[in-house]
Amino acid sequence: MSFRFPSLSTKVLFGVLATICATQAAMADGDRRMVPLLPQYKQECAACHLAYPPGMLPAASWKRVMAGLPKHYGTDASLDPATVKELSTWLGANAGTYKRVSEEPPQDRITTSSWFERKHREVAPDTWKRAAIGSRANCAACHTRADKGDFDEDNVRIPK
Amino acid sequence: MKPSPLHPSPLKALLAAAALACAAIAPVAHAATPAEQLAGYTAQAGAPAVPARGQQFFNTRHGREWSCASCHGALPTQAGKHASTGKSISALAPAFNPERFTDTAKTEKWFRRNCNDVAGRECTAAEKADVLSWLLALKR
Repeated sequence: MSFRFPSLSTKVLFGVLATICATQAAMADGDRRMVPLLPQYKQECAACHLAYPPGMLPAASWKRVMAGLPKHYGTDASLDPATVKELSTWLGANAGTYKRVSEEPPQDRITTSSWFERKHREVAPDTWKRAAIGSRANCAACHTRADKGDFDEDNVRIPK
Repeated sequence: MKPSPLHPSPLKALLAAAALACAAIAPVAHAATPAEQLAGYTAQAGAPAVPARGQQFFNTRHGREWSCASCHGALPTQAGKHASTGKSISALAPAFNPERFTDTAKTEKWFRRNCNDVAGRECTAAEKADVLSWLLALKR
């Protein structure tokens, strides 16, 4: 009896630790486990910008983004209702749920989320202004494998 | 008796007009060559397209921050760059990018959005015809 309780407790502890580790790994490498992109999402959204992994915004943000396409961050990105519905369903199902994206960033911009700021704190303000970068939305300027959903630091090459 | 030479011609014209009307109305994607799309816009405009006027429209601003050239470049025979995201945009002139203007629904989608961004309204058929005629005049 006296052994059983600690043993169970240890099991639970291990379970909890394993969950925490898995979650942290997911947070650190969240983008590496990227879901395959819906071809329609890629076709429509990647015409103007990287097909951002759906897990980088929470569902509530995607919902607002898809409801406001005619005024999409200053441009008209309107789509026919059938395409809007298809993309919305897919984005809702694949939106980020892990802790770092559970917060809805200001203006529903990936680049204003606290995790984005934290990850890029070493990038100097002037660097962002370089001609080859131009915008925080231009992930692929530095993340050489961003189009593959790979945002690993090892594959970052900041253009001069 | 030999059929009157006058008869086939109006019939042909009617059929051509009907075909153009169908192409203009149909909301679904339809494969079409750039030249066919230009013919459609020209027919809608009711006047021939003017390439120089298209170039002028493309490169000037229309009361907003951007012109067409802001993203596509002043001479869209090579890749442009999205004015806000920085993403590369492949060449717009059909001679330099054979995928351009081959799908009427796609053409209409982009004219609708981009004219709204550039001019704050939809473009007229004449404006679309002018721009497309200029793009088609850009040769290798």
